[in-house]
Amino acid sequence: MIALFLILIPLFAGLVAVFVNSGKGAKGWSLIASFATLALAILSVYSTNHNQLFFNGAWLPQMGSNFSLSLDGMSKMLALLNAIALPIIIISTYRNDYKNPGRFYSLMLLMQAGMMGVFLASDSLLFYFFWELALVPAYFLCSMWGGERRIPVTFKFFVYTFLGSLLMLIGILYLYFKTPGAHSFALQAFYDLKLTQAEQNFGFWMFFIAFAIKMPIFPFHTWQPDTYEQSTTAVTMMLSAIMVKMGIYAVIRWCVPVFPLAVAKFDGLVVVLSVIGIIYASLIAIRQDDMKRLIAYSSIAHIGLMSAAIFAGKEAGLQGVMIQMFNHGIVVLGLWIVADAIEQQFGTRKFSQLGGLAQKAPDLAILFVVMAFANISLPLTNSFVGEFLMLNGLFQYNWIAAAVAIVSIILAAAYTLSMVQKIFYGQTSELTMQARDSAASVNVALAVLVVLILFFGVYPQPMIELTSDTVKTLLAQVKTF
Amino acid sequence: MNLVYLVPLFPLLGFLINGLLRKSLSKSLIGIIGSGAILASFIVSILLFLQVKEQGALPVEPLFTFINTGTFNIGFAFQVDQLSTIFLLIITGVGFLIHVYSTAYMHDEETKHFGRYFAYLNLFVFSMLLLVLGANYLIMFLGWEGVGLCSYLLIGFWFKVDNYNVAARKAFVMNRIGDVGFLLAMFWLLQKLGTLNYADVFANYKNLSGTDITGITLLLFLGAAGKSAQIPLYTWLPDAMAGPTPVSALIHAATMVTAGIYMIARSNILYTLAPLTENVVAIIGLATAILGATIALKQNDIKKVLAYSTVSQLGYMFLGLGVGAYTGAVFHVMTHAFFKACLFLGAGSVIHAMSGEQDMRYMGGLKKWMPITNITFLLSCLAIAGVPPLSGFFSKDEILAAADLHNPVLYWVGVAGALMTAFYMFRLYAATFLGKFRGTHEHHLHESPAAMTIPLIVLAILAVVGGFIGIPEVFAKDAHWLEHFLAPVFAQSKALQPEHLGDATHELMLMGIVTVLSIVMIVWAWRKYSKYQPAAEEETGLGKVLENKWYVDEAYNAAVVKPVNSFGGFLKNVVEKSGIDGIVNGAGRFVQYSARQLRLLQSGQVGSYLLFMVLSIVVLFLIFWNQGIIIAFIQKIF
Repeated sequence: MIALFLILIPLFAGLVAVFVNSGKGAKGWSLIASFATLALAILSVYSTNHNQLFFNGAWLPQMGSNFSLSLDGMSKMLALLNAIALPIIIISTYRNDYKNPGRFYSLMLLMQAGMMGVFLASDSLLFYFFWELALVPAYFLCSMWGGERRIPVTFKFFVYTFLGSLLMLIGILYLYFKTPGAHSFALQAFYDLKLTQAEQNFGFWMFFIAFAIKMPIFPFHTWQPDTYEQSTTAVTMMLSAIMVKMGIYAVIRWCVPVFPLAVAKFDGLVVVLSVIGIIYASLIAIRQDDMKRLIAYSSIAHIGLMSAAIFAGKEAGLQGVMIQMFNHGIVVLGLWIVADAIEQQFGTRKFSQLGGLAQKAPDLAILFVVMAFANISLPLTNSFVGEFLMLNGLFQYNWIAAAVAIVSIILAAAYTLSMVQKIFYGQTSELTMQARDSAASVNVALAVLVVLILFFGVYPQPMIELTSDTVKTLLAQVKTF
Repeated sequence: MNLVYLVPLFPLLGFLINGLLRKSLSKSLIGIIGSGAILASFIVSILLFLQVKEQGALPVEPLFTFINTGTFNIGFAFQVDQLSTIFLLIITGVGFLIHVYSTAYMHDEETKHFGRYFAYLNLFVFSMLLLVLGANYLIMFLGWEGVGLCSYLLIGFWFKVDNYNVAARKAFVMNRIGDVGFLLAMFWLLQKLGTLNYADVFANYKNLSGTDITGITLLLFLGAAGKSAQIPLYTWLPDAMAGPTPVSALIHAATMVTAGIYMIARSNILYTLAPLTENVVAIIGLATAILGATIALKQNDIKKVLAYSTVSQLGYMFLGLGVGAYTGAVFHVMTHAFFKACLFLGAGSVIHAMSGEQDMRYMGGLKKWMPITNITFLLSCLAIAGVPPLSGFFSKDEILAAADLHNPVLYWVGVAGALMTAFYMFRLYAATFLGKFRGTHEHHLHESPAAMTIPLIVLAILAVVGGFIGIPEVFAKDAHWLEHFLAPVFAQSKALQPEHLGDATHELMLMGIVTVLSIVMIVWAWRKYSKYQPAAEEETGLGKVLENKWYVDEAYNAAVVKPVNSFGGFLKNVVEKSGIDGIVNGAGRFVQYSARQLRLLQSGQVGSYLLFMVLSIVVLFLIFWNQGIIIAFIQKIF
């Protein structure tokens, strides 16, 4: 029943939160709920009990759709990320006041529930339902609590992802009608389909475009920097730390194993697009003056490597993607927290107006430097092992692709360290002259992340072991074609 | 429990204690913890050294599994053998002296910054130990990037000064360029051999094709060129002098920058099998040696002279590696660690006395006020200039002799560099310590405290006698202790290398000529610069080019940094904004237009949207809990 409650807790907590009017009450309530979810997610990691990890209820039996959830290694890892992220977000933004707090936290919890469902569903209709359940709160969060340009930006975000969802729905129905007998929406039924090359090609693009927009892969990425910039940072954290993982997760769960022939045909194209995206986003990141936009482009570069490693299809690379989905979430969360702390205090995110903050906020500086080096995948931080494995997988696939993609680690060092320098080093600016050290809640949240970064940087093997079953199953499934 | 784990453990603990408690500990306690941690490591290193000397390399036992993906398995394992113990002794020994020195040199810093300094320094030693102790390339790489991090943090230690931060970032980014090579080499090895363990790689080199070995060794060398400041990646090292001077001594002279030499010496069998790479290494090394030496001739900042001298000396070490003189290269790493650390610490002592002044045009005559600094500096200058029987003579001669056997051109070019070395070092010495004081604050001048002079004395003694562990064959048979000690590490290469037997008289004659020429250069520089008066007019011609470091930084800026920046700007402002996003927005406007027709359906009230959403969820769950009864009902209706 763990699987079911991982969704139900945030869902019902979210529905209740709508009716809470006070800010404190909404924060407290959602924090308690998110800790309950976290406890459950941790429990699930250690659980091997089939009854706890799988759930199967009838939903729309006449249509061949079941309310079926399952937790394998990859799902556990992402459920854990989802469950860790929300309490960290709530704690780190505890001092912020959002208008209509009840609705705000309600939507945050509903979004978490939706994403949890995406990571757990093993029925395509259910998957689609949760996919939308995650997106709808995101639209409202972006459009109601964002910056000045939030309306057109959210509209772009909406149209873009909605288009993707629509294509995915077509793809799901297409596969559904291919299933034998009374038809089924079940994941396993899709896995058992033996589609021809032409059928796979069609289905592949229907699914892949939806997920490519979500990740995003170059050139479907332009909604992301705008949305990240304009959303209030707590929402950006949800989008960037967790929601982009929906796209990666979905490619691994719903696209590669269902359409292996199409993947074998188009892998080169996707790898090339991904690698272009890595370098493209890194080069743009170098020229940003806005902290949030820099992190957004940096994140696009990192995600690009994950998508390249998936389509390279090598065991080591896939293993790297598994752990990097988690690790990227942790690191990027840390970067956003600092961005929010800075914006809350100074009302700007422009590097040109900041500087010298290390003198005024030494603890924040140290914590941010750790985040920064995790962002450039320094060994013994958590991102290193993931990137090492992914680049290794890419190298086995095609050494030229790897040699181009790896240039991003140089560019990442350049833009990340220049961000550190412009915000924290040098002389104080007019704005930062009067700066206070960061709030305890921010430091606590960051410290938790730093512990995770260092622990899994030194000892990544448990994460690899947790997810190795998913990699093996995936490769075995692909091989059956 | 294997003793070896204690060696990096002490500095790690020192880092944690000083780092976390830097605000509450006193300066003296911070100094004791910081230095004590390294002393403890040094003592354990001696024990390990004795153990290895008795029984040879210790067995490799993984502490834990670092990465095991099913296709390959990389353990967190340490390798204690002849090569790593030599490096352990250098790192912890010289490291300890520099920690002690730092307690006095950094004493004016605020306590929290004093603590931060020692935390960084201990973290550096920890990373460096990881680098040399790793039993596979990945553990080496962990240390490799770890020392890069510490170098970054310490170059930018005084973070209020923007130039220092730029230098720190430059160092890290240039190192990263090299690291790309290192990473690709590891991927290549993994693809071909499925392992990164030294023992397995070296035992299975026969499974690698000639192309594989050449490619892997060249990529590894790219890594080495970044870390050890070789052409084309050397320009970060002189800028790294922005850090506190003891840091320059420890990181940017004695230890970190020799990591590339360690890496190649460790992989010696692969290099021996790749003659093309060996030639590249030798030529790049020699070119760097000459380039560094020419620039050092015209620098006025004492630390810059020493920095370019380091670049140049590292070049000699690579020359040694390239001609297969692995022992000679390691030997020079060791002697260089002694005399260059001593020179940098001596320079620090001078800067300390001069209240921060680093320009030797405003020094002169310091001998009178700083007798200990003067004598130790002089001895180290003699050592680096290759005057027998000081340490530099033996190690440099061993490299040059091997180069001569390889190709006399390498030898004579190398000698030219050595003569320049003698000249610029004594230019530096004479302009600083001899003649008349040219500065303004004469009354401030003083000898440094004991915590600074004692490390100087110890290092100077080592710089003088350190060469006796490698007495060449021509003087005494089988007197080269270091070669015997390291023999097992290089045995595989030795078996493949053709046995070169140099002619003893020829070798002695060359040795004599070079020694005489070096002494001539020393005397020339001594006479010229002991009465030094800085020229009023600007340098012209070649002098100006050298003073401006051959304009390499300017060339890199114009050829790499600017184009990358403007290309980034082009992507950001044109491709992204008008191109990709333009198309997307165009599509968006079309949709918006269509949507206007449907707008009447939408109230625009967020509350009602929310209500709808919540209601729909409730309905869906009702459906679910009722096992599809509602669907059945709807189906009945239609």
